[in-house]
Amino acid sequence: MEVRVNNPLAIIGRIFLSSLAEVGRLSQFASIALIHIFRPPIYWRLALQQMWLIGYNSLPVVGLTALFTGAALAQQIFVGGSRFNAESVVPGVVVIAIVRELGPVLGGLMVAGRVSSAMAAELGTMRVTEQIDALTTLSTDPINYLIVPRLIAAVITLPFLVLVANVIGVLGGFMIGTERLGLNAGTYLQVTADFLERADVVSSLVKAAVFGFIIALMGSYHGYNSRGGAQGVGKATTNAVVSAFIMILLANLIITVIVFGNQL
Amino acid sequence: MIEMHEVTKAFGPKQVLNGINLTIKKGQSLVVIGGSGSGKSVTLKCILGIVHPDSGSIKVDGQEVTGLSARERKKVLSKFGMLFQSAALFDSLPVWQNVAFGLIQGKGMKKAEAKEIAIEKLRRVGLTPDVGDLSPAELSGGMQKRVGLARAIATEPEIIFFDEPTTGLDPIMADVINDLIVECVTDLGATTLSITHDMASARKIADRITMIYEGRMIWEGDKKEIDVSGNDYVDQFIHGRAHGPIQMQLLKP
Ligand SMILES: Nc1ncnc2c1ncn2[C@@H]1O[C@H](COP(=O)(O)OP(=O)(O)OP(=O)(O)O)[C@@H](O)[C@H]1O
Ligand SMILES: [Mg+2]
Repeated sequence: MEVRVNNPLAIIGRIFLSSLAEVGRLSQFASIALIHIFRPPIYWRLALQQMWLIGYNSLPVVGLTALFTGAALAQQIFVGGSRFNAESVVPGVVVIAIVRELGPVLGGLMVAGRVSSAMAAELGTMRVTEQIDALTTLSTDPINYLIVPRLIAAVITLPFLVLVANVIGVLGGFMIGTERLGLNAGTYLQVTADFLERADVVSSLVKAAVFGFIIALMGSYHGYNSRGGAQGVGKATTNAVVSAFIMILLANLIITVIVFGNQL
Repeated sequence: MIEMHEVTKAFGPKQVLNGINLTIKKGQSLVVIGGSGSGKSVTLKCILGIVHPDSGSIKVDGQEVTGLSARERKKVLSKFGMLFQSAALFDSLPVWQNVAFGLIQGKGMKKAEAKEIAIEKLRRVGLTPDVGDLSPAELSGGMQKRVGLARAIATEPEIIFFDEPTTGLDPIMADVINDLIVECVTDLGATTLSITHDMASARKIADRITMIYEGRMIWEGDKKEIDVSGNDYVDQFIHGRAHGPIQMQLLKP
């Protein structure tokens, strides 16, 4: 009989090695998927269908998230700013915070919650019911047919969703600012426009596209490789969402440091 | 022409295939019989490349297919049609698009034309055209199996695999399906490999019959020879006796 070593170091070592292996498998999956984007056929009709599912259906949740967050942010900054008689910073801080961070991050997380899980559940069910195997016997590459359309759709759709989130987020701040905090509407918009720079918008959209890639990749990876019946699909769904969340937050940090790290 | 030589496969500690040897000549119909869990479906999946064997050689028309790249495999697979044991219908597509899938995606046929062929194939498996517009989830198990069969033969492939084609069908419908499989061989000249537990079906569709037991082929012969095989395992299986050498194995601790 094998003696089980319960040395804490051994446990940490095992976890480290298995996560390293997981990272390896994920990178391999990602590169195979990326190669297939440049290898026809591309199923544009399926990509459009996915864009609809991801984009249109996420609008309400993303819009509401942005609205409430923008409003709450304006209220907080107003309270904080008034200690220094600096209530006028509200529009500037709101637009920077929303466009640079909160719009893409919260939008990305909300869409990840909806979409990564749905993708993992759908692909996982297709895997365990042998539908993915059936595709290959019908001369159709499952990566081209299932994964590539989802990746393309998410990368294209997320920037649009985040753009909407940014506008609505700023609007939320504007509504609280003018209706409740007594800021002047014209000045509010003027300050917002003055503060916002092109780099803010560009970085926001780049983040969104990267998050879109992460969302579709994690949903696809966990669904496509799921096994073990309904329980396996459930596990794949949870893993897809959790890993998408963590990777979005990590990617956000990296992009933020790269883009804004050297500014004063 | 399909040749398997000493193919082995284990899932974790569980050795499923222990050196499968099998030959199917062009235009021949081979039926594989054997107990539940003996590795019949895994054998088919090895040939299709859905399961990767641990060792051994598999040749399709003389070409080695183990370890092919995805692109080369796609070329080989275009010769194949497969009915999965679970039917494996695409539940996001209506029934007729399932049947037409290989025609539209694989062969690039126009939708209208493919739909006509799909409806015709559905008719061949005893399903009316209105079934074509239903979703697979709305069908009974036996109907799903027949749709899977229609999908497998829709592109008139050279080689067709049937994994338990008559399971879950009533005796009359089972015989209709048997006739259809025989037609695929006689009229289309297809090479077929079928798995079945249904001896009536085996006797009807087979040219040759082989029996798998514990991951090995323990008997092979013409279908006429099955009743005089002189093999105790085969005799027990075809007569469905609870007692015999196979039972002895089960009772071992
Ligand atoms: N993907 C898999 N992972 C692990 N084990 C598997 C897998 N597929 C098959 N097996 C195992 O391989 C063995 C043979 O399975 P297979 O599906 O070939 O049986 P079968 O002969 O087709 O049986 P049945 O007549 O019941 O369909 C089974 O014991 C099964 O547990
Ligand atoms: Mg089986």
